Amino acid sequence: MKVGVVVFPGSNCDHDVYHVLGHEVGFQPIFLWHKDHDLQNVEAIVLPGGFSYGDYLRCGAIARFSPIMNEVIQFAKKGKPVLGICNGFQILTESGLLPGVLRANESNQFICETLPIRVESNQTPFTRKVALKSVLKIPIAHHDGNYYLADDELKSLEDSGQVIFRYVNENGEVSAESNPNGSSRNIAGICNQQRNVVGLMPHPERLSEKLLGSAEGKIIFESLL
Amino acid sequence: MKAKVSVQLKNGVLDPQAKAVLQASHSLGFEEIQEIRMGKFFEIESHGNDAAQFEKSLDDLGKKLLSNPVIENFKVEILES
Repeated sequence: MKVGVVVFPGSNCDHDVYHVLGHEVGFQPIFLWHKDHDLQNVEAIVLPGGFSYGDYLRCGAIARFSPIMNEVIQFAKKGKPVLGICNGFQILTESGLLPGVLRANESNQFICETLPIRVESNQTPFTRKVALKSVLKIPIAHHDGNYYLADDELKSLEDSGQVIFRYVNENGEVSAESNPNGSSRNIAGICNQQRNVVGLMPHPERLSEKLLGSAEGKIIFESLL
Repeated sequence: MKAKVSVQLKNGVLDPQAKAVLQASHSLGFEEIQEIRMGKFFEIESHGNDAAQFEKSLDDLGKKLLSNPVIENFKVEILES
């Protein structure tokens, strides 16, 4: 499967994603430079983590206007799979492909931790192979992962099953203590109404090979096939 | 022509940064300060001379780039035309 990894100026998780897609999962990854307009017939797209445009103005606020985003948006509108990881999630919300916004962590601190994340739905191209409600321990590394959406829209989001990942404790329960950044309803990741665009703050690509401790994150990418 | 665009969080949206600044102000002894709200401002210069068009453009820019309409409001002020 040919998968495109978009590279913006300041993206820094593109190589990890490329490596996991190619070496661990056996897909055919290619890099897509943000200024290009040719998606080169990829079947899925990943917007990787990092600090596109230095997080200037707001995280992802400038990257959303990168030339290739025209094609990414069209690709998403056609119902094809798009995954945004961390800064990628921020870019997806800024571009309107996903609702809401990622704000500064409540603690105003950059948080770097491996945390239990519960998978709330397997009805997306990236969670299809995950058992419902399973808990994966995935690293987070962000300063602006505090998901916010107005109350009425949040209710709609929940009701339509668009919450895909939630921060939980070791027992798989949602709690205030298990929420690292103040995200509404402990939301760690969501999908759009069409269910083809998924964004999450945690980095599954950082825990996708046993050599680095665990391959728990790999299933997010394997689900594509 | 010169203009100023101010961006601020909508009322009711929690601002952890402003809260931290308020707490620091209190630690410094400014106990009487009740509330602090933080925002951004952009000073924008244009070499055009149509003030009405300028204001319209800035309104557009404000919506598209300078603010995130999910949580922010913005205001355009023409300073010099």
